[in-house]
Formats: sequence, structure tokens, C-alpha cells
Amino acid sequence: MIEAKDIHVVFNPGTAIENKALRGLNLSIPQSQFVTVIGSNGAGKSTILNVLAGETRVDAGSVKIDEENVTDWATDRRSSLVARVFQDPMAGTCESLTIEENLALAMGRGTKRGFGHAVTTERKEIFCEKIKVLGLGLENRLEDKMGLLSGGQRQAVSLVMATLNPMKILLLDEHTAALDPKTAAFVLELTEMLVQEGQLTTMMVTHSMRQALDHGQRTVMLHEGRVVLDVEGDQRKGMKVEDLLHMFEKVRGQEIDDDKLLLG
Amino acid sequence: MSLIAFLGAIETGLLFGIVALGVFISFRILDFPDLTVDGSLPMGAATSAMLIVNGVNPFVACLCAIIAGAGAGLVTAWLNVRLGILHLLASILTMIALYSVNLRIMGKPNQALLGEETVFTPFEAMIDLPYYWVTPLVLLGIILIILVLLNLFLSSELGLGMRATGVNARMASAQGIKTGKMKMMGIALSNGMVALAGALFAQIQGGADISMGVGVIVVGLAAVILGEATFSTRTIILATVGCVVGSILYRVVVALALNADFIGLQAQDLKLVTAVLVVLAMTLPGARQKMAKRKLVKGALK
Repeated sequence: MIEAKDIHVVFNPGTAIENKALRGLNLSIPQSQFVTVIGSNGAGKSTILNVLAGETRVDAGSVKIDEENVTDWATDRRSSLVARVFQDPMAGTCESLTIEENLALAMGRGTKRGFGHAVTTERKEIFCEKIKVLGLGLENRLEDKMGLLSGGQRQAVSLVMATLNPMKILLLDEHTAALDPKTAAFVLELTEMLVQEGQLTTMMVTHSMRQALDHGQRTVMLHEGRVVLDVEGDQRKGMKVEDLLHMFEKVRGQEIDDDKLLLG
Repeated sequence: MSLIAFLGAIETGLLFGIVALGVFISFRILDFPDLTVDGSLPMGAATSAMLIVNGVNPFVACLCAIIAGAGAGLVTAWLNVRLGILHLLASILTMIALYSVNLRIMGKPNQALLGEETVFTPFEAMIDLPYYWVTPLVLLGIILIILVLLNLFLSSELGLGMRATGVNARMASAQGIKTGKMKMMGIALSNGMVALAGALFAQIQGGADISMGVGVIVVGLAAVILGEATFSTRTIILATVGCVVGSILYRVVVALALNADFIGLQAQDLKLVTAVLVVLAMTLPGARQKMAKRKLVKGALK
């Protein structure tokens, strides 16, 4: 169970470019649920993801993972509970290390790193097996440098890396946004498979309403740093992109009305 | 060039191979331009020289030199990681501070080691060869041990974490690597190795001198770059061996240049030649690529 309570994040406070990215956001994700998060630019999608990962510190509010208060945990400490795939395929892997070294790094997540050899024969076998699932033939290229792979291949390996060790939540940060449509579909399919296989608690941030409705069990819409729409189950099942768009506009309209009320 | 001069060049090349490996860790693995080495080399020399003249076993003296150098590196990394001072500036600050520290260690600008027992003494008795063979052989042994240990470390889980820190710090911390600690550990290791080189240097040339560290960083960098230019960097093992090869190559080339009277170079031109060499080595690969591309474009337009 992931619980974010009354989260406030302000960037550049007290300056002309002050930005209240999150304004009292509440979100709880039960175990094994796959949540998709949508919202326009600046709605706070990436910020909440970074808050859960520990990369962005909150100005108010708390983050709990399985009843443990992790609000003050830095990224490296939180990594034992949180796995993530970055938007930029370059960001999630080390290009000058080999594929197997990258996988070995991911296998160290949540464990204590010592002087033992990182790429052992047993581990190589595990890597081979895990990477074979991708169907990209990368199992024969484990000793190749990561930088030789295409963006889509790197993102696929990133997914395998993220799911190598157990986690409490998997964070996907628009992880198909930088890919061409065909590769994006492949990576999404792979995501579905890995999430279902491991019954992973997952939060996927996306720009595409289509993606948000097609994947997972629940869709959350953010606007101006708050959750404005939260649908799951039957209500979500019958939803089309137009419905979502309509609701989105309705929410936005109300916001403007609120502002008018306040100003008046 | 005489055999003695040639072996002398090899000897210095091997010695500065240790420096090159240290520089490789900071510049290449951690992407941390660290000038502390200009201070930690004489620090290692001063520490070991003072201990040896006070009757301490030379091997223990070398160990103390390593610890002193590692401490200096730790200060630089701490200034950067914990206090947020720019890495280059942090290292310059430590380097300047070490000048005073080194003077304090010796109590004077230099310390002679003539006639004292050094780490080479027992081997001189053991190996039945002239002195100019013994030192390079012992150094070769030392550098082989360092290479093996370093490569074991760099392919360990901890070492992999250090390499990831230098390449992609954001990804590293997302994988649970404490990037700040990694930097501190790496810079300490780097300067510990450079200080060891300083300690050995003092014992070879018969004394420590406050100014022996001037330009060490450039010499180390020259060796690293020369190694990359002449040797494959495909794997970490090859890259580290390349540093040592680069260092030896650099010394041999310099010795040849100084020996060739027709060029008119003298010993005092060494630092200038080194700086020019580094500039060339850093810009030539880029220029060559541009030329090659221009040729390809021309071919495509035809």
C-alpha cells in the first residue's frame, strides 16, 4: 500500500517563477494495483512520481510505503522499495557499461554492495533467461556496451532491470514518450506482461489518454497539483477517450469558475 | 640512447603509471577533475621520507603515505559532496592547503633519503642484477599487483556502483547507490595511489621535495590520454592497462626527444612539451573525425 497524504511541493519559492507543483495531493495505491496517471503539462504528474521516488523532497505532507513513513528517505535509501523506468532511454541505463553490467547494477538494488564479483556465471544465466523474454536477441549481446542499443531496446532492458528485484512500487515515467509508435506499443506490451507476471503495484504516468484507459485498473487525472478525477472498475470500463476529455474540460471549467468566485 | 637511460625512462614510466591509474579513477571513472594529486604526490613523498629517516620500516612508511594521500582525497571529495563546492575548485583548495601541510610534515622544503633503507633495498640483495634493472623490475611487480587489485575492485558490485556514479549519477541513486560516498571513496583511492607513487618516487630519487608535485596532474592525464589513443578501451581491464602503457610510452618518447640533439629540447622544456602533447592528444581525434566527415560529405555530394 502506497499512501501520499496532503503533498505540497513548491519550486523556486518567493521568486517570480514560483511554481506550486503539488497543492495538497492525496493518493493511495493498494497492493498489486496498476494505476495510470494523466494530466496536462504542469499538472504535477512527474512531480508526484519524483516525490514517490524520493528525488523531489516534499514541502509538506507525508509518503508512506506499507505503513512505513519514508518521507525523509533519500532516493538511494528508498530504492529498496521503489523501482523506476525513466522517460529518457539514456537516463535509465549506463551507456558505457555493458548490458550485463547494467543488469548486475539493477540486481544490486535493495541489497548491500560488497567486494564480490558483480557479473558471476550464475547471474549471467539469470540475465540470459530474463533478457530472452524480450525476443530481441540481446541474450547473445550481453557483453555489448549499452550505448550500442537503440532507444527502444534500452527502454526494454530498463524494464527488465526495474523488475529484476522485488519492489513495493514500480514507477513508469512516460517511458514510451521518446519512442516511435511501433516501439512504444512493444514496450507497453512488455510492461503489461511484466506487471501481470509479478502482480506489481504500478504507477504509470502518461500523456496519452488512450494509453491511460487501455492499461491498468485505475486512472487518475491531475490538474494544478491535485487529483481531480479518479476512476476504476465499472465506471472506467465503459469510458472512452471523449468521455475523459469531456470530464477534463468540465473540471477545468469549474476551476475557472472557482477563480472567478474568489476574484469577485 | 643508452640502456641505462632507456631503463630509466621505463622506470619513471612505470612509476607514473600508478599516477595515471589514480588520474584514470578520478577523471575517467568518476568524471571528477581532481587536481589534488599535485599535492598528494609530494605528501606521500614527504610522509614516507620523514618516517624512514626516523627509523620506520619503509613498507610501513609507504602504507602511511597511502593513508595520508587517501585522507587528502577524502577532504577534496567532502568539500564537493557535502559542502557543494565545485569539484575542480575543491581540489585546487586542497592542493594549495597541502603545500603548507607538506612543509609542516618535513619541517623544511626537502628531506634527503641518502643511504637510508628503502623498499627497494631488500630486492637489491635478492635480485642478482645491476641496480638499474632492479628498480624497474620491482616497480613492474608493484604495478601488476595494483592492476590486478584495481580490476578486481572495478568489476565488483561496489566498483560497478562507482563506475555507474561517474556515468549516470541519477540512475545510480535510483539503483540504491550512495553516489556521494562513492565519490569520496573513489577520490580517496585515487589520491592514495598517487601518494604511493610519491613515496616510491622519493625512495628512488633519494629524497622528497616540496615542489616535486608540480604538474603531476598533467603528466598523469597525458599518460591516460596517450593510453586511450594507442590502446583499446573496450573493457575496463584494457583501459587500465592502457594507462600504464601510455605512461611508459610517454616517458620513452620524452627521453627520445630530449636525446635527439637536433630538436634542441632540454630537460627544462619538459613541462611545456607535456602541456602541448596533452592539447594535441585532446584535439587531434576530434579534428580527424571532422576531416573524415568532410571527406564523406564531399563523396556523397559528387
